[in-house]
Amino acid sequence: MIRIQARTEPSALMKFVSPLLAIVLTLIFGGILFSAIGKSPVQALQVLLIAPLADSYNIGEMFVKMGPLLLCAVGLSLCYRANMWNIGAEGQLLAGALGGSAMALYFVESESIFALPITLLAGVVSGMVWAAIPTFLKLRFNSNLILTTIMFNYIALYLLIWAVHGPLRDPQGYGFPESAMFSDATLLPTIFESSRTHIGILFALLAGVVGWFILTKTHLGFQIRVFGADEPAARYAGFHGKKLSWFVMLFAGALAGLAGIGETAGPIGQLVPNVSPGYGYSAIIVAYLGRLHPIGAIIAAAFMAVLYMGGDLAQIEMGIPVAVVSMFQGVLLFFLLACDFFINNRLSFTNQATN
Amino acid sequence: MKKQHLVSRLELVKLTKQYPGCLANDRISMTLMPGEIHALLGENGAGKSTLVKTIYGVVSPDKGDILWDGKEVVIKSPSIARDLGIGMVFQHFSLFETLTISQNIELCLSKTQLHEIGDLAAKITELSQAYGLNVDPTRYVHTLSIGERQRVEIMRCLVQSVKLLILDEPTSVLTPQEVAGLFDVLRTLSKEGCSILFISHKLHEVTEICHKATILRGGKVVDTCVPNEETPASIAKMMVGDLADQEAGYVKREGTTTVFHVDDLSLPSKQPFGTVLKNIQFELKAGEILGVAGVAGNGQDELMAVISGEDERNVKNHLHLKGEPIGHLHAGERRRLGMAYVPEERLGRGAVPDMSLSENALLTHSDGFIKSGLVDWQGIKDYTKSLISKYKVKCHGEFSEAKSLSGGNLQKFIMGREIGQNPNVLICAHPTWGVDVGAALAIHQALLELRDKGAAILLISEDIDELFLLADRMSAVCDGYLSPVVRTEHTNIDQIGQWMAGTFINTHQPQEAQA
Amino acid sequence: MDSDLIIQILFAAIKTGTPLLFIALGELICEKSGVLNLGQEGMMLMGAVVGFLAAYSTGNAGLGVIAAIIMGSIMSLIFAFLVLHVGANQVATGLALTIFGTGLSAFVGSSVVGQTIEGFKPIALPLLSDIPFIGRILFQHDILVYSSFMMAFILMFVVNKTRIGLTLKAVGENPHAANAIGIKVLRVRYLAVMFGGVMAGLSGAYMSLVYTPMWVENMTAGRGWIALALVVFASWRVGRIMLGAYLFGLASIMHLVLQGLGWSISPNLLAMLPYVATVVVMVIISADKFKEKLLAPRSLGKPFDPRQMA
Repeated sequence: MIRIQARTEPSALMKFVSPLLAIVLTLIFGGILFSAIGKSPVQALQVLLIAPLADSYNIGEMFVKMGPLLLCAVGLSLCYRANMWNIGAEGQLLAGALGGSAMALYFVESESIFALPITLLAGVVSGMVWAAIPTFLKLRFNSNLILTTIMFNYIALYLLIWAVHGPLRDPQGYGFPESAMFSDATLLPTIFESSRTHIGILFALLAGVVGWFILTKTHLGFQIRVFGADEPAARYAGFHGKKLSWFVMLFAGALAGLAGIGETAGPIGQLVPNVSPGYGYSAIIVAYLGRLHPIGAIIAAAFMAVLYMGGDLAQIEMGIPVAVVSMFQGVLLFFLLACDFFINNRLSFTNQATN
Repeated sequence: MKKQHLVSRLELVKLTKQYPGCLANDRISMTLMPGEIHALLGENGAGKSTLVKTIYGVVSPDKGDILWDGKEVVIKSPSIARDLGIGMVFQHFSLFETLTISQNIELCLSKTQLHEIGDLAAKITELSQAYGLNVDPTRYVHTLSIGERQRVEIMRCLVQSVKLLILDEPTSVLTPQEVAGLFDVLRTLSKEGCSILFISHKLHEVTEICHKATILRGGKVVDTCVPNEETPASIAKMMVGDLADQEAGYVKREGTTTVFHVDDLSLPSKQPFGTVLKNIQFELKAGEILGVAGVAGNGQDELMAVISGEDERNVKNHLHLKGEPIGHLHAGERRRLGMAYVPEERLGRGAVPDMSLSENALLTHSDGFIKSGLVDWQGIKDYTKSLISKYKVKCHGEFSEAKSLSGGNLQKFIMGREIGQNPNVLICAHPTWGVDVGAALAIHQALLELRDKGAAILLISEDIDELFLLADRMSAVCDGYLSPVVRTEHTNIDQIGQWMAGTFINTHQPQEAQA
Repeated sequence: MDSDLIIQILFAAIKTGTPLLFIALGELICEKSGVLNLGQEGMMLMGAVVGFLAAYSTGNAGLGVIAAIIMGSIMSLIFAFLVLHVGANQVATGLALTIFGTGLSAFVGSSVVGQTIEGFKPIALPLLSDIPFIGRILFQHDILVYSSFMMAFILMFVVNKTRIGLTLKAVGENPHAANAIGIKVLRVRYLAVMFGGVMAGLSGAYMSLVYTPMWVENMTAGRGWIALALVVFASWRVGRIMLGAYLFGLASIMHLVLQGLGWSISPNLLAMLPYVATVVVMVIISADKFKEKLLAPRSLGKPFDPRQMA
């Protein structure tokens, strides 16, 4: 007889195994799904997971996608640790892209060495502003952060679309809803030759390390963890909940904003309506898959970037709709949540209750 | 009434319930006759609650049998228990605050029962008069006092013509006067043939009202007795074994200078059904313990939140530490000035359940362990180890999660952590609630030691005996008012009991009575 | 603005508000039981695509509605299982449901993007539709709009006047107490979550079978989220949800109103309006912390494990 028993202490091992198990289960699910629609599961999974790492160009593209995912996920990890349900990374990313691009277009004729830092700063600040508004509304007016950040995602999207149709549209662009191409002075330098991989990935990795340092080494990080795990205890201990909330939200906004300007000033090179294929939403999954741990997020972001790449390749090579990626992400999170059950519970295979 | 030929109302045969890491009930057998008032005694954690929840169908036993009126039954759910005629009054009431009394009672009844009763409101009023319960069916539960809520719970059982009434620590939430009223109701029920299973750890009550007693320790039945043939001391010995040395009276002290005082503090509640604080005024002197008695929910939580600064509203000129106003300061700043607190809620406020003891030590004790924003984790570990050994906290080590500790051990840890900060003022709420005798003794001694070192201690407790044991001066809260303060030797349980019921409100503060 | 235009605008507001009404009623019941399901958007999209596929392949819009309802309840069961049995975090699981639904709906609907079908035809109710002014606003709709009216009135009765409503409220306020008096808390919550799924499916079907009627990726455009705000706005009361749904409907068709007034504003800016309105409304409603605590189901979002007794 199989019985579920609560563990007396949560399993440290399961905390690491659970994401891996969830990935395996998702792949099995994917295999079944591909068979069901008449595609070879082996080929599909090969295209989805192996092909993205098969040559240096693809690996470079993988890094291009990993950068924004990781930047957003590190910020979200801190937010979720503090129990701040920021679903607004997407909007903050778009705001960063919009604000930063506006600055880049101001520098469109410039060759100043300050053009790039100022452009990036504009992106970062825009992301922070976009995170600040819902934070203010929550702390001052008690409004639900989940809903306001989501609404701000939509608002940012329409604002961006409006901008590329209106004030930021390229006058020489034959009426296409796109900005002019940025000047080289405002483009992020690439790392490798013949690859689009730019220094954004280094920013992202640095953000991961900084996030890890804050969370585990500093008193601030400790306070964030207490605040998220047990708010009454944080209040009892005399921590400033509002300051902590502001910190994690602005931190996340800044990183998401950097991710946004990193896209337009990086691989895209101009402002377009579809800056992000939902990086801000996927980052939620990345953050969870990485156990809300910034170092974990690095690994999870790499995996998710592979999945994104694989989705593109699967569409090109096998005609599988690219939406399969976001579906996999949802399934992955389901499996992860289900596997996490076994952190605090275990199966026991006894006939009768012993011990 | 104990006629031998009668069939027992309830018989338990070797009931066993295993929880992860704890054998809550170990082959428990006992018998209950019709009309018998039977006490179930034992320390916290002895397995009393699990046992009664098993009888009421909330918990399913792993092994053992239950016989009802001589026939074997399986009680899978509370509704089956109620159909048999078992009613239960929970320690933490199972009432719904946003519903009326009548709706609360309706939810417990099956469709057929409702049909039989017909007009529920009329039935409630009728029973209310018959038993002197004074319950108005149209009132919303959130408007009721604790004592009234308990009467609603009893009413909920009476409506179903109950044959066995289970009461889980019913008197812990009542003033002494209300307890007398409850006992009258129970005696009436007993005369009508209703059996009563009465959980308590207040021994004088047990000797007063119960016909028989079963004593549990560590999940096992260790003894049975006829309470009025025993003394509280002899029963206590059965409950706790060798530890039964009753704490002797401790020396009372006279405080020196006033360290902390609250000045005419009135504050509306932040919570929908909370208590409004009204004209609270008291002084706390160095080297004394000021005890505050009161039934839970009369403003203790609100008062503590204001003093600690967890309630962030500015009360600048109403709180003073060493003569300086502190009511406008943030909770963290007040701590730095030498205030410390032991909250009622250990797990979830006093300690973060999912964090290690080291992390929980750092929670309030960060002095010396933070260098330019970085945590000295090694230092905090060593400090935690010293706390664990000094206060004999039973755990695997400083890495153990707070939630893995028993209530008593966690409380010793929290108490040690707060005392370790050498506070000028310690506010301490219900320090030994749910704690075993050994831990309670250690906690009492730690408090007295802190007092003798010159700290001012405010001790909030529902346990009057504890307050008389420890406090140098006494007071009581009722409905957000604080009674006058008297020296403990100049008062008695009766007067404090009266104050808990609010008798001081009209005599001492007539002008606020209408507020 | 002449009265004809006003009638047209109000008529359109009801039409636009109907999917919000459906889904918000579902979420209301779910939240009353203490469960916060953030997967509304995902369930709604799945309802929309499956409803459309069924109607497209059978040519029968009624079958589309049934398929959408079934899909919505399947989606809600996944959520209910994870949240109620596995004890997963409600927020994270809801988000997963939305991400999953967004992806899966785009995946299965990719073959029919841009196809159109014949949706439900408006039916003018005899007599009622002849009432001047009101008749043309309220009683010249299609069958789904009428059923949304009925649903709202039925729920108003069930929630406020019946034992089912009482049980729901009890579970939402204090599941431990409810369990202690023998209410099957998990069963109540399962049913409430499933009801939410059914209504989300219905809402999605309305989008793809009546409102557009076609299937486009992400066609619900955040309505599932707006519905969540609507429940807060309505202070968990059925009547106010109806009012709120139509007000949001009005906000979504503001371009019509502004055209009527002869103003011209970029459609992209106007498209923000419902979202901005949602934020503004939430700020106004939630600002009174005290009141919200009083009105919200007290156990909302908190897990309940019957194996652990409080």
